[in-house]
Amino acid sequence: MARITIDPVGRVEGHLKIDVTVDNGEVKDARASGPMFRGFEQILIGRHPMDAQRLTTRVCGVCPAVHSVCSSLALDQAIGVADQIPDNGRIIRNLILGANYLQSHILHFYALAALDYVDPAAAADYTGDDAGLQQLAAFLQRGEWAPFVPRYEGDLCLDKETNAAAASHYVRALDMRRLTHEMVATFGGKMPHEVGCVPGGACEVPTADKAASFLGRLQDVQRFIDECYVPDVVAVATAYPDYFEIGKGCGRYLAYGLFDMDTTETDLMKRPRYLPSGALNGQLGAVDAQAITEDLKYSYFQDDYSRLHPSEGRTEPQADKPEAYSWAKAPRLNGEPYEVGPLARWLVAYHAGDEKVKPAVDSLLAALDAEPAALQSTLGRHAARALEAKLVADAMAEWVLELEPGAPVCADYELPETGSGTGMVDGPRGALLHHIDIEDSVISRYQLVVPTTWNVSPRDDEDKPGPIEQALIGTQIRDEKNPFEVVRIARSFDPCLACAVHIIDAKDKELGRYRIV
Amino acid sequence: MMTQQGTQEIPVVWLQGTGCSGCSVSLLNAAAPRVANVLLEELVPGKHVQVRFHPTIMAASGELALEILFDMQETEEGYVLILEGAIPEKMPYIGGTTGEGEELSIVTTFTELAEKALCVVAVGTCAAFGGIPAAAPNASGSKPASQVLAEHGIETPCVNVPGCPAHPDWILGTLVHVLLHGLPTADDVDEHGRPRAFFGQLIHENCPRRADFDAGKFASHHGEPGCLYELGCKGPVTYSDCPLRQWNSGISWPIGAGSPCLGCVEPGFPDIGSALYKKISADQLPRIERDETTGELKYVAPASAPCSEPSE
Repeated sequence: MARITIDPVGRVEGHLKIDVTVDNGEVKDARASGPMFRGFEQILIGRHPMDAQRLTTRVCGVCPAVHSVCSSLALDQAIGVADQIPDNGRIIRNLILGANYLQSHILHFYALAALDYVDPAAAADYTGDDAGLQQLAAFLQRGEWAPFVPRYEGDLCLDKETNAAAASHYVRALDMRRLTHEMVATFGGKMPHEVGCVPGGACEVPTADKAASFLGRLQDVQRFIDECYVPDVVAVATAYPDYFEIGKGCGRYLAYGLFDMDTTETDLMKRPRYLPSGALNGQLGAVDAQAITEDLKYSYFQDDYSRLHPSEGRTEPQADKPEAYSWAKAPRLNGEPYEVGPLARWLVAYHAGDEKVKPAVDSLLAALDAEPAALQSTLGRHAARALEAKLVADAMAEWVLELEPGAPVCADYELPETGSGTGMVDGPRGALLHHIDIEDSVISRYQLVVPTTWNVSPRDDEDKPGPIEQALIGTQIRDEKNPFEVVRIARSFDPCLACAVHIIDAKDKELGRYRIV
Repeated sequence: MMTQQGTQEIPVVWLQGTGCSGCSVSLLNAAAPRVANVLLEELVPGKHVQVRFHPTIMAASGELALEILFDMQETEEGYVLILEGAIPEKMPYIGGTTGEGEELSIVTTFTELAEKALCVVAVGTCAAFGGIPAAAPNASGSKPASQVLAEHGIETPCVNVPGCPAHPDWILGTLVHVLLHGLPTADDVDEHGRPRAFFGQLIHENCPRRADFDAGKFASHHGEPGCLYELGCKGPVTYSDCPLRQWNSGISWPIGAGSPCLGCVEPGFPDIGSALYKKISADQLPRIERDETTGELKYVAPASAPCSEPSE
């Protein structure tokens, strides 16, 4: 038995630690944990309700827009204006969230995941016409290769031509990602931490020139997705077919849906959304929001508050809890772990027979000569993310033209002295829930159940491991000194620990005791 | 260190404490130079900023990554240490786990690296002033870089580049200043250690909605035209060049999107600005007054705290 501890796992957002126990090259046990704590839920108590929206946006610098939208959805309900959001406000929220989706997906595949599959250093002897590769080659020829080395060695196997194309796109993706943030800023003032979305709608007044500016940038990004991103994912999938076989996870998928198409329905799980909500556990069912609980047996929190709905939940740390190993809670739906994220959204939509999603998936599977079951894998997550980037980009090109200059952007309201609301919406990394209670005109409770907490969750009260843990268990590790498989599987979930862990770290001696022998 | 082609390499170590990675992402938004140029080319003639360690960019994980930091501590090279996020003294074990199973404290990693660094650049309001993680009740014990350095008796110079997030021009402009002209002098920074080049003027002084303020035209709801003072704008008490520089390649900025300024570059954000939408009192506004004894006109600077009272 050997214990491999990877801490930090590089190229994820925030601080992620993975421990795996390996026997005869196979992962027998896996524990995922996040050690960073800022205490958002405690920070918000006693503050002005409107502050929640601006502060929770800052939970995460990579996906701030979805926190901004989700907190606004919770406040819409608490204020009583959930069905009064003007169309302009609804559309601007969708454009801000959608552009942030493109940012997050492009950033994830190129800046974070690509170095697991693509070897930029192979461009050192490049002599062709591609400007990005010329720039990369000149850099490499100077002889100092940080931050592309050091790295795990031994399993980078794209052919030279494919690798060169992907390396060129790695450089170009930096510009494309910047354009997506400029799109957010067009209607959100600035990015990260846009300020265009507010409870009641939006505060940016749309004009034709802003729509044109948004659309102009979007068209460049659409070309990049069509010509580079989707083909690169197919190329990686073709070169690393074994990653369709591993990293499956818990096999249950949860999505809250996103992009409100109409706001007259106040029950968010019934609201018409561009991508649908659903819970897939063999069969596809509706999301019963009341059946969501958070288990605490293996988390550093007092057991008294375990298996409660977030509207009743409390975050009471207990750093000396003997069984605990993570500062993330263990969210469960009907007591079961669920994977969230692009793959979950796409499997839910696929099983719902969504007329946009089904043909896109079928066509990709045909190109890869793969069965639908292959999607439930490391590469399946990358593929769903790429297809989703295309779908969202193409949809936004239509939505931006639906804005009406001069029409209202925000509902009028007075803040209530008491109220409560629950926002539920899918972010780039999956299902996000914000719950607010207001008493005496201040926040009396604020609870977040964020996507990465679902995915990186520790074992629950019944000892069932979380989705990333299940994805790692059973994996064959070829070389314990270069555990490519572990980081590739974990990274395919696009974990964002800045979001996942709201509460403190204590020194986890139990997990730190072992090393590879 | 010089490379084969005569380029001087300036190593940079970028540590992340309690933060959201938003300043790293903001740096990716750099328009001129673009971030690809920063990573691959000389930032100023003859000098290349070599990003040795950056959790979200580097290829390395686990022990491989930690070895980069250990090497830095043993080398004699001059390097720049950048901190994003605050230093969580009460729960510091976010510095990684060594091969021997020892969990590293970010306090130790930061202070040991800072001791030998050419300078420390505290990027973003969390690193510069504590920011949101240090907001009450501050359960993680988060502290800004300058305070940790002072408490450990480390005299390495520290420049504060606040903002939630920091603007990429502010980050790169500060680095370029160091590479071209050396460390900022006492005259180059304000009393909070911020470069005056970026944080020298009030937002209120350069705000495109200033004429509305002077004319008493105030927005009372989101989405209305007019000055955002009644909606709680902190522009009159916040020092930053946002209205001139704008954000994201000059597309827009918060007040341009109809949102009140939150005062995110100021020490004490978000506590002293809370409630973020609370109107600042008239006696905190910058103004011209006639001196009662001399009879001469004088400028009265805004009260230093963006908003003194907690939420209504």
